[in-house]
This record gives sequence, C-alpha cells and structure tokens, in this order.
Amino acid sequence: MPNVQRPTSPHLTVYRWQISMTLSILHRATGLALYFGTPVIVLWLVTAAYDPAHYEDFHRLMKSGIGEFCLLGWTASFYYHLCNGIRHLFWDIGAGFELKQIDRSGWAVVFLTFLLTAYTLHTAFTQATGQ
Amino acid sequence: MATSGAPDMRTKLGRAKGLGSAHHGVGHWWLQRVTAVALMPLTIWFINSLVASLLSDNYLKVQQWLASPINATCMVLLLVAGFTHARLGAQVVIEDYVKSPVAKYTLLLLNTFLCYGFAAICIIAILKLHFLDVATST
Repeated sequence: MPNVQRPTSPHLTVYRWQISMTLSILHRATGLALYFGTPVIVLWLVTAAYDPAHYEDFHRLMKSGIGEFCLLGWTASFYYHLCNGIRHLFWDIGAGFELKQIDRSGWAVVFLTFLLTAYTLHTAFTQATGQ
Repeated sequence: MATSGAPDMRTKLGRAKGLGSAHHGVGHWWLQRVTAVALMPLTIWFINSLVASLLSDNYLKVQQWLASPINATCMVLLLVAGFTHARLGAQVVIEDYVKSPVAKYTLLLLNTFLCYGFAAICIIAILKLHFLDVATST
C-alpha cells in the first residue's frame, strides 16, 4: 500500500475551544486509563484466590503513594467515563443535541465527576481509618 | 429505506436482514451500548462494595465476600460486561490510530486475547472461591 503523505485539513489550529471537544477526548482517555487499570483487578482477584499469603503485600502496594495516586486517578476516570457515557446514551436515543444542552450537560458531567470522586474518596478514607 | 414513491431496490432477504452496505458494524455499536447499560448498576455496586467492605487487608474477609453467591454472580457479570465493553472500546481506538497493518492487526489480536484471557482468569478465580470451601474465621 503506497504510503503517500496526503494533506489533511487543519483542526486543533483553527477551531475555537469548546467544552465538548475536551470532554470527547477525555471520554476516550478515561476509557483507556480504565482499560490499563484492569490488570490491577486481575491481580487483586488472583491474589485473593490463589495467593492469600501475599494479600497483605498487595494491600500495602495499593495503600502506597503511587498506589493511592493510581486509585484516585482510576476513580476519577471511572466517574467521568460513567457520567459522560450516560450523556452519550442520551445522544444515542436522539436527545440533547441542541448546542446549549450539549454545553450544559457537559459542565454537569464535569461537576458530577468531581462530586462523586470526592464522595468516594471521603467514604473510603473514613472507612479505612475506621477499621 | 424506501422513501415514499421511490422503489426499494433491496431484495426481500436484504431488507429482512437489516444490514447496511458494510454488512456488519452495528452489532459492535449495539453491544457497546448494551454492555454500557449493564455496567451502570454493576460498577456502582462494585465501587460501593469496595468502599464498604473490601478495603481491609484481611484476606479472609475478602475471600468470604467474593465466595458468597450474590457477590460472585454480580462479579462475574461485571467482568463479562466490563471486559466486553473494554475490548470493543479498545478496538475502535486501535482502528482509529494505528495505520500500519502489521501493528494494527497485532494490537487487535492482542486486545481480544488479553480481554478474554483476563476475564477467564478473574472468573475462574471467583469460581474457585465460591465452589471450594473458604476457611471461615469464626
């Protein structure tokens, strides 16, 4: 197949920034982040089922600085992907295509993501320290 | 779809099958949506369970939680829907960004195998906990 460099039209250099652009690529980015987080779920289940002697090590890894950073990132990614995913499902049934609605639902997704992440963080923290 | 007045040039079989000119694609789109809807309650349940009962470093508690019938069933459903959704999502990303045929098809295969592989590993681990006796702490 010939690998000819064909000219493409400009995109990022010419379009005015809108919230929908950012949210769209964020949906893909968070999806990928969650995808690369799945091995942790695998590791968790394998450790719990086959190697419980090392479960404490796994737990310690999750509670470490890098572990908690990743967990926080995945929590935020998850809530964002969930909320924006629901926004996508509304579009799939044909609802919410007016520009104002797209803007409003977009900002609602951002707000909800922060809210839900904060709530989970708080609940996890109080649970962990309460044990 | 025939507009009013214009003859529909599709054969009856073609119309019955309902496929477009590409003959596939919408299945992928639909399955992505079905798994998305299924994942809504399943993931919320999982995050809630994680925070409520699974933050402990006591593996017995975790094993008992996973072994219970309802939790095991919901976990299996979560894993099936989740890895299917992930596989489909990653597939579109790979198809969008990877242009070299060697790299593209390698990654597509890797994606499929990893998703099924991880799902199998996880499900069997859960089944192991569910069917084999887990030592009770009390």
